[in-house]
Amino acid sequence: MPGARAKQIAALFAAVAAVQLLTAMTGKAFYLTQLTMTAYYTLVIMGLCMLMGYAGQLSLGHAGFFAIGGYTSAFLTTVDLTAGKSGPVISLLAKLSVLTSRPDLYGGQVLTVQPWAAFVVALAITVVIAFAIGVPVLKLKGHYLAMATLGFGTIISSILLGTQRFGAADGISGVPAFTLLPGVVVTGGSSHRVMNYYIAWGLVTGGMLLLMNLIHSRVGRALRSIHGAEDAAGAMGVDTARYKLNTFVLSAVFAAVGGAFLTHYNGGIGPSEASIMKSVRYVAIVAVGGMANLWGVLLMSAALNFLSLRGYFGTFDDAVFGGILILIMLFSPEGILGADLRGMVKRALGKNA
Amino acid sequence: MFLELFFQYLVAGLTYGTIYAIVGIGFNIIYNTTGIINFAQGEFVMLGGMTAVSLHAFLPLPLAVAGAVIITMIIGGLIEMTFIRWLVKPSVLRMIIITIGISILVREAALHFWGEGVRSLPYFTGNEVSAIAVGGVRISPQVLWALGVAAVIVACLNLFFKYTMLGREMRACASNRDAAALCGIPVRNMVTLSFVVSAGIGALAGCVVSPITQTQYGIGTGLAIKGFTVAILGGLGNSMAAVAAGFILGILESFSIWVMPTAYKDAISITILLAMLFVRPSGLFGSREIARLKEF
Repeated sequence: MPGARAKQIAALFAAVAAVQLLTAMTGKAFYLTQLTMTAYYTLVIMGLCMLMGYAGQLSLGHAGFFAIGGYTSAFLTTVDLTAGKSGPVISLLAKLSVLTSRPDLYGGQVLTVQPWAAFVVALAITVVIAFAIGVPVLKLKGHYLAMATLGFGTIISSILLGTQRFGAADGISGVPAFTLLPGVVVTGGSSHRVMNYYIAWGLVTGGMLLLMNLIHSRVGRALRSIHGAEDAAGAMGVDTARYKLNTFVLSAVFAAVGGAFLTHYNGGIGPSEASIMKSVRYVAIVAVGGMANLWGVLLMSAALNFLSLRGYFGTFDDAVFGGILILIMLFSPEGILGADLRGMVKRALGKNA
Repeated sequence: MFLELFFQYLVAGLTYGTIYAIVGIGFNIIYNTTGIINFAQGEFVMLGGMTAVSLHAFLPLPLAVAGAVIITMIIGGLIEMTFIRWLVKPSVLRMIIITIGISILVREAALHFWGEGVRSLPYFTGNEVSAIAVGGVRISPQVLWALGVAAVIVACLNLFFKYTMLGREMRACASNRDAAALCGIPVRNMVTLSFVVSAGIGALAGCVVSPITQTQYGIGTGLAIKGFTVAILGGLGNSMAAVAAGFILGILESFSIWVMPTAYKDAISITILLAMLFVRPSGLFGSREIARLKEF
């Protein structure tokens, strides 16, 4: 029912606005910084939810796509092309205003790629890599799929850590603000805090609308049939390979968008964003949200990422996500919201009695 | 000079190959009895090394190593009993995620218990500089220890699986769980035992290579990926082939330093892993027909 979906999206937007008003009234506006970052991580997790929950394919490498988006944006908007200014390619790009001249941190002038152009390139690279990886990887199942995607994530992480041009262990810093439209800027300064909060959650809302429409379309039904019984879906004429691949690419793009925006927001990115632990964390949140449950995943992502970014888990940050993974998978593979709590209690009592 | 360097790289490759091979065998033992890939396999190696270093503070080296192996075996058994034993026909996805969760918890526990520091056991015989000259190549005695222990582990496992009742029962579970249960084999105990055994050999390997490669709380994940590469390269479930595959991977990695920056060394094994998965998932030595019948 399209009407119901519109209501849900409106409710999401109302909740986003309510949270902002609440922080403003209680004088906790600084929470918005973490909430903004939460929104960008939520984008990755929503994409992964489509892939895991609806298409039934596990990926332990989505932090890799997040990093590809972020690092491409960061690299292109910080690498100084002044030296090649007289060359034909760079002068042509400068004329097309793909390049932009701006002052750097030390007061000098640098010639770098314009953020919009960098963003488009980042998405293009992500799509190409996702296709190239997706075609062979999605032929695999179970353990092999898990290990192959884990391997992909590890390669990205070790390339970033081992390459001086990407800042090795330090990552890339000094990434400029991203002017989406005149006056609408993705940047970390506290004067832009409220605007960025709405930009980030606006993206999440838009993404949500897109995915919900997708789920309730022919594509969504095809995906669910693949998840349920791939062979049967194939026999009924569903092009299973194509649907899986498209979902994989779509989820990679979601991750890259999150990565690129967060990099502009934070003004930099480090190799820890590509780490396996990050990928596992995304999987944990999708699992705890209930796999094929976009709203549950959104809710869990908002809560857990915010708590983690505010440092509530302290030095147990990774352990918390590991623990969540195990507990959910042991006791309630349908997610915490779908948990049959009454049944569990009854069973536990019944066993003891 | 060239030949000398060549042999030094070869020896380094063999040393790392040993540990990859043993992690690979650990994967195979558990996979064979349960059909599970235990993503926490590398953590056993880390636990073995770390525990031995701690025990060595007040115990002589042989006792510390023995103690570490026993403690890790107990932990392996407890992990299985707590997280896996009571699950009724869990899906593959569920098992993957649970073992990944276990590996994170073990690693984090090690981080809180031992800290971030890099530790290592002392050399079993001699020290860092002592070396045995073999045909002009200087080899650390610890390398011989590692190779020797690996050989003993492989030989013992072979005897265990071929000639003891327990080993045969484990193999029976591997080939057909239901049939094994009908014959009165306690399948669940065999699964626990497979975790205990693979924890034990992982821990022993972790101790033997600790003086050379050193031990830190976070080494498990990397070892797990490499061990899995080795298991796939040899053909999943084939322990003897995993040994050969381990040496192949170790040597390839070692020689890669010649042509590529060291930082990319890890990318080698993963590239091999991906290539194998895409092209020949049955392994170098495995048969395609059998692979098709297995459940992944």
